[in-house]
Amino acid sequence: MTENKEYKVVGTRPIRHDGVDKVTGRALYGADFQIAGLLHGRVLRSPHAHARILSIDTSRAEAFPGVKGVVTAQDLPSAEDRIADLGEGAVNLKHLCDNILASDKVLYTGHAVAAVAATSPHIAEEACKLIDVEYEVLPPVLEVRQAMEPDAPLLHETLKTTSMGETADEPSNVASHIQHTLGDPEKGFAEADIIIERDFVTGTVHQGYIEPHNATAHFNQDGHLTIWCSTQGAFTVREQVAEILQYPISKIKVVPMEIGGGFGGKISVYIKPVAALLAKKTGKPVKVLMNRTDVFEGTGPTPASYVRVKMGATKAGKITAAEAYLAFEGGAYPGSPVGPGAMCIFAPYSIENVIIDGYDVVVNKPKTAPYRAPGAPNAAFGSETVIDELAEKLDIDPLEFRLINGAKEGDRRADGPVHPRIGFIETVEAAKAHPHYTAPNGKKHHGRGVASGYWFNIGLESSVTINVNSDGTINLIEGSTDIGGTRASIAMQAAEVLGIPAESVNPSVVDTNSVGYTAVTGGSRTTYATGYAAYEAAQDVKRKMIERAAKLWEVDASNVQFEDGVFSSINGKEEQISFRDLCGQLGQTGGPVVGSGTVNPGGAGGAYATHVVDVVVDEETGKVEILRYTAVQDAGKAIHPSYVEGQIQGGAVQGIGWALNEEYIYNDEGTMTNASFLDYRMPTCLDLPMIDAVIVEVPNPGHPYGVRGVGEVPIVPPMAAIANAIYDAIGIRMTELPMSPDRLLKAMGKI
Amino acid sequence: MRNLTGGEANITLPGTTVREVIDNLESRYPGMKERLCEEGRLRPGIAVYINGLLSRGSVLERVDADAEIHFLPAIGGGIAESFD
Repeated sequence: MTENKEYKVVGTRPIRHDGVDKVTGRALYGADFQIAGLLHGRVLRSPHAHARILSIDTSRAEAFPGVKGVVTAQDLPSAEDRIADLGEGAVNLKHLCDNILASDKVLYTGHAVAAVAATSPHIAEEACKLIDVEYEVLPPVLEVRQAMEPDAPLLHETLKTTSMGETADEPSNVASHIQHTLGDPEKGFAEADIIIERDFVTGTVHQGYIEPHNATAHFNQDGHLTIWCSTQGAFTVREQVAEILQYPISKIKVVPMEIGGGFGGKISVYIKPVAALLAKKTGKPVKVLMNRTDVFEGTGPTPASYVRVKMGATKAGKITAAEAYLAFEGGAYPGSPVGPGAMCIFAPYSIENVIIDGYDVVVNKPKTAPYRAPGAPNAAFGSETVIDELAEKLDIDPLEFRLINGAKEGDRRADGPVHPRIGFIETVEAAKAHPHYTAPNGKKHHGRGVASGYWFNIGLESSVTINVNSDGTINLIEGSTDIGGTRASIAMQAAEVLGIPAESVNPSVVDTNSVGYTAVTGGSRTTYATGYAAYEAAQDVKRKMIERAAKLWEVDASNVQFEDGVFSSINGKEEQISFRDLCGQLGQTGGPVVGSGTVNPGGAGGAYATHVVDVVVDEETGKVEILRYTAVQDAGKAIHPSYVEGQIQGGAVQGIGWALNEEYIYNDEGTMTNASFLDYRMPTCLDLPMIDAVIVEVPNPGHPYGVRGVGEVPIVPPMAAIANAIYDAIGIRMTELPMSPDRLLKAMGKI
Repeated sequence: MRNLTGGEANITLPGTTVREVIDNLESRYPGMKERLCEEGRLRPGIAVYINGLLSRGSVLERVDADAEIHFLPAIGGGIAESFD
């Protein structure tokens, strides 16, 4: 797909198929799940950020009335120190297991050490208090630059830095160092008329999904394990649990319940293997639920980071060179998103000379987990602030500066690949043409800022099956958890092929035994890849239905065409039959029709966004208020524009929270002191104006309708856009997130 | 990987599949195959881009004579593992 087209279903706004159940409270979430004989599990978590486990005595808990079983890391199969490919990413198996239940050390406050199954949640909670754990408390390290110091407390005595293919001799908290280079940065900086170099710090931030993690596990008598849970990917749960328990995937079925948000945070497993262990030990189904504190302390946030950016440009505004140093916290185990951060940081721009160094560093915080465009927001906060300063110093409009330097098809990214057709320039042009950008904004302490962002998007595997019903409807079977209206956006792509309304598609998200392998709902891939699979499955149905029409009319299939939901003969007979009517004749023409589609597409097409924001800074309190916000984004082709707008608005709002309020606040002992939504301040509707979402459509040639993923890139620009607006308002460059009132007051010299 | 190529960033090699390209890389720069592959497959955490498009996980992918190939960290569902 290279040109915009008009469609019958694609691009319209039908009511989502799951909407009624969700607004009436009938949709079933993991916490709603009930089964006969259900036990309740509770996890005991570490009170220390860094400690050696000397002993665990569970005898008092096991003797407590109502307790049916207690598990520790001793109940896990011994994990090898090897890398396992779980389909969605590579992980060190020992790290994965130790993060489920700590074996020798606890590495963050909230680290799971044991779990109890009991006849009630309250008994399980009380019994956890009876588990005696003897710790040797060790000094924690909670900040990435401190963790990189040679004399920093070591989290893993065997972890050694891999750098440029070499492994260091001495242990370190630096797990790896990556580098991308392009051209000759030294020469590029020598050609610059102006060079700006700044340091940036970002805080630890949680995805903040409303529904806490949950899992119910049950072993049948024949050894088959079923897990009902909230997840972004039932198949990756199956793979992770299989690896952790060393259990065959053929004996594990994962049933994805409805999901109350994930944003990347519900890909990794935490309590699912624990529920399975407890179920195995007790012989009963066991449900484990997290509370909000568990979620904050025991699941992966996106990491804090230190970012240094240096960029040079000519007086005419052409960037000649760029350099970045990115140090990201992986949390307790390696695996920070510094890789994608390094690959995204300068991707909006065509720069000939670039060097980027990235460091993955462990600290005594929960192991980091994906969060919308992982790594890219941290990186863009630095690069987009420096871009703004370059434009200001050169007296060039910041959007014009982006147009001068913007990446286009054929330009090479610093990490190597050449851009395919992309829509960055179009987002900047749309932002520049938007009335917001030229609206008056000159009041005291009012400011306007802009910033852009990039995210790759991914493809990966998806499978869809379509069963044709005799009344002209179809049942669409898929494996993608529906987080943002994807039942609708996937169903619409099948409907478009078959010339039927979106309402004639009944989409179902099913378990791992009932559909082909499907990767996670993440990476902005679901409408793209599972939609692509639905398109292919519908094409399969179309082919088979053409054969049925040919049979009906006693002509060759090559003499039947299908357009706008109507089959026609093209051999002079002038026969016609609608898709619906032909569905009514399946029994007479050969029986049921089932179509299937499986894809693993490589052309996901990168996504760009450019945001414009107006703020006012309260000089007395340091509070920053968002007055107006416009988010422009290239969606390729918006299948269901309402849900694209919803993703853009949601991403922008989460970015605003990251920019202004959200952060993990730790005490000296390494315990989070704001592990509740009262103290971890996410923006609410009362804090924000309506986010104006502007969809630009530059079709992705890697998808039949031109779709690009939309869910992640809107969180990339907000932090820098707001920082640039604050500078415009008060003349101070904020370089640390969040830009909370206390930091503003300090920056203004008020405290 | 440039420490294995003597600093060369761009290398031209024959090959009709990714596997053949890697084998030819290994012939010219010993150690490269071990860096990229494990048990005949791409190592977990490594992705191959062919002409700018992600072709994740398969050494069997066919490549044109003038194809441009990059080996990069895999991005999966937001999970990324670094490699160097």
